[in-house]
Amino acid sequence: MELCGAKRLGYFGRSQFYIALKLVAVAQSGFPLRVESINTVKDLPLPRFVASKNEQESRHAASYSSDSENQGSYSGVIPPPPGRGQVKKGSISHDTVQPRTSADPQEPASPVVSPQQSPPTSPHTWRKHNRHPSGGNSERPLAGPGPFWSPFGEAQSGSSAGDAVWSGHSPPPPQENWVSFADTPPTSTLLTMHPASVQDQTTVRTVASATTANEIRRQSSSYDDPWKITDEQRQYYVNQFKTIQPDLNGFIPGSAAKEFFTKSKLPILELSHIWELSDFDKDGALTLDEFCAAFHLVVARKNGYDLPEKLPESLMPKLIDLEDSADVGDQPGEVGYSGSPAEAPPSKSPSMPSLNQTWPELNQSSEDTAIVHPVPIRMTPSKIHMQEMELKRTGSDHTNPTSPLLVKPSDLSEENKINSSVKFASANTVADGYSSSDSFTSDPEQIGSNITRQRSHSGTSPDNTAPPPPPPRPQPSHSRSSSLDMNRTFTVTTGQQQAGVVAHPPAVPPRPQPSQAPGPAVHRPVDADGLVTHTSTSPQQIPEQPNFADFSQFEVFAASNVNEEQDDEAEKHPEVLSVEKASDPAGSLRVAKTDSKIEEKTAASAPANVSKGTTPLAPPPKPVRRRLKSEDELRPEVDEHTQKTGVLAAVLASQPSIPRSVGKDKKAIQASIRRNKETNTVLARLNSELQQQLKDVLEERISLEVQLEQLRPFSHL
Amino acid sequence: MAVCVAVIAKENYPLYIRSTPTENELKFHYMVHTSLDVVDEKVSAMGKALVDQRELYLGLLYPTEDYKVYGYVTNSKVKFVMVVDSSNTALRDNEIRSMFRKLHNSYTDVMCNPFYNPGDRIQSRAFDTMVTSMMIQVC
Repeated sequence: MELCGAKRLGYFGRSQFYIALKLVAVAQSGFPLRVESINTVKDLPLPRFVASKNEQESRHAASYSSDSENQGSYSGVIPPPPGRGQVKKGSISHDTVQPRTSADPQEPASPVVSPQQSPPTSPHTWRKHNRHPSGGNSERPLAGPGPFWSPFGEAQSGSSAGDAVWSGHSPPPPQENWVSFADTPPTSTLLTMHPASVQDQTTVRTVASATTANEIRRQSSSYDDPWKITDEQRQYYVNQFKTIQPDLNGFIPGSAAKEFFTKSKLPILELSHIWELSDFDKDGALTLDEFCAAFHLVVARKNGYDLPEKLPESLMPKLIDLEDSADVGDQPGEVGYSGSPAEAPPSKSPSMPSLNQTWPELNQSSEDTAIVHPVPIRMTPSKIHMQEMELKRTGSDHTNPTSPLLVKPSDLSEENKINSSVKFASANTVADGYSSSDSFTSDPEQIGSNITRQRSHSGTSPDNTAPPPPPPRPQPSHSRSSSLDMNRTFTVTTGQQQAGVVAHPPAVPPRPQPSQAPGPAVHRPVDADGLVTHTSTSPQQIPEQPNFADFSQFEVFAASNVNEEQDDEAEKHPEVLSVEKASDPAGSLRVAKTDSKIEEKTAASAPANVSKGTTPLAPPPKPVRRRLKSEDELRPEVDEHTQKTGVLAAVLASQPSIPRSVGKDKKAIQASIRRNKETNTVLARLNSELQQQLKDVLEERISLEVQLEQLRPFSHL
Repeated sequence: MAVCVAVIAKENYPLYIRSTPTENELKFHYMVHTSLDVVDEKVSAMGKALVDQRELYLGLLYPTEDYKVYGYVTNSKVKFVMVVDSSNTALRDNEIRSMFRKLHNSYTDVMCNPFYNPGDRIQSRAFDTMVTSMMIQVC
């Protein structure tokens, strides 16, 4: 009864406790009931019910003296034991466990620790129980649990997964095991189940199952359960939060929180520990989530639950940018955003908070990087796109990633457009896990705009194809590079890109027009830039690469047109295009586009430089369409790199053609120079992209190493 | 791998001291105590220059036959002293620095806890965990 009395102290535990008591009463033996009731209390009112029911069932089924053992296991708070306990229950426990698992999935994996806490009282009670039921066995479990307290804490973290863990570190469990020979076999089998589900379930409930291991398991499971915040509890916490801080989105300063929690009459040391657990971002203030977690821990502690060594998943505050799988638990409401980003991170987020943070960041960063990569490529042509992308991203995800992306793209766009595009492909592959989802989703959006392109980069090359939408490009080009070049490049690039993207040679000029139209004036001097931009835009999409090669040609073409006879360049371009086509099938598609573009361009350029601007306007729409087509076509082609190489080859190929086509040596030389520059740009971009991928991989490696380090001490201990 | 880790407050009383239990702890306590003089020596020497640029990492304070003692001081004159086994040749300076950095971060986290009164002994479990990991880790 002591336990019961103790339990009653809990805030919410009372009513539930009473219910639990009633349930307990139904149970076979009074002792086991106590334990269970205790456990139930620990688990938290709501969870308790489930648990208690399960427990009762288990008790009925098991009807062990092992209750004492369970108690012992409680003290042990070894996650495995709880599982075992449940297992022992056998089918019943199974059922209970299973339903529980389903019910408890959300329950935090709060360490069984909480049960441990009751240990102070429970051990005694358990001992009594133990004596009653299993005599010697019971004692052992008792002895075991005690020492296991600390190990449990550690064990919990380490052994959540396996029975082996608990068996390893808790001698009593083995002892208890032999006590419950009959049970162990079935439990062992169940254990396997439990470990999987224990964590989620309040295995602790299975107290009856006796073996400490079982209990421990239960504890672990109860850990999960008790740490889950029920809705009514949450509402209560929120109300309390409001009394301290009316703004739900604001923070509760440390001093105010200290006063508030001191009222709970818990020892300062424990309050300090609770604070450490719940102040997730270590900022000295509590957000609503953190506050709820802290309050929940206080409640649990008051009910006799031991404090976990690390924050249970269900209590983790949803990090806005760091989405941990942990967050998936209780706090859905708090940060909706976490939900979306969580998609990627959850899979990755490590158990450790630090890791979680790193992981989500990684995930995000990977996504971002993925996005970034594409952005750079696109960026050059269209900063506007990036912004669009960002907007879209914010819609889907958090804005943070987008902002960095934007920044990055602008930087990269300048020179690494192509590379970025390539990287994107590579980065995408790396980040596919992360960003693929994003990229894909974004693709549809992006298709219309560069944004999509950017995203697609991260996601996959196919995305790249989507992004190409011409309209975005023109804008980016302008924003990014000097409008002068952009215009030209666009026209060129559009033509090229399209050509590259789609083998067919639709009129290329349309593209440039859009770019040109938005962009200001003649870029001639910036030809190189324009080329770069083109390349960047094109790189964004795999198809772009070939385009990019084309662009150079176009630029040269444009330059030549601007400077001198356009016809010559036009000739060159077609030749180049043709060359490209031959060199790269994908490129050929693009070339075709470019050719078309070129044709358009030539037509446009022919009339006059000025007219170029006008004509481009018309063509752009066409190139855009083509690009889309090409993109679509290209999407299937995931081999950005190959495309790039193809583009490069095309470029190179085109270069030679230039000389021949051009009757004027100067032009030829200039064109070749430009091409070389473009090639360099592309390669540079590729390089940067690859390096980024390398960085990402290194980051992942570091995070994994950190995880390993953290796990190592536990393994030793 | 650190054999002993100690956190000394500004007034030179220990806030936290922990050693691997294999060795006689008193010996380590004594070593940490004596190293405080060396720390003060280094701090005063460096302090003559711009305090802002004073480095937090003090480096090897003094080597003994079996052990090496490293020091680190924060801007609030809280000192971290770490004793490592000399036989652990693999330990590089960078690793020591990173260990101190981790210590400093953990200490900051402890400070952030409103329930912690500066000047109390550090009883944070998270801090303990981190120190344990450092001591057990081979690196």
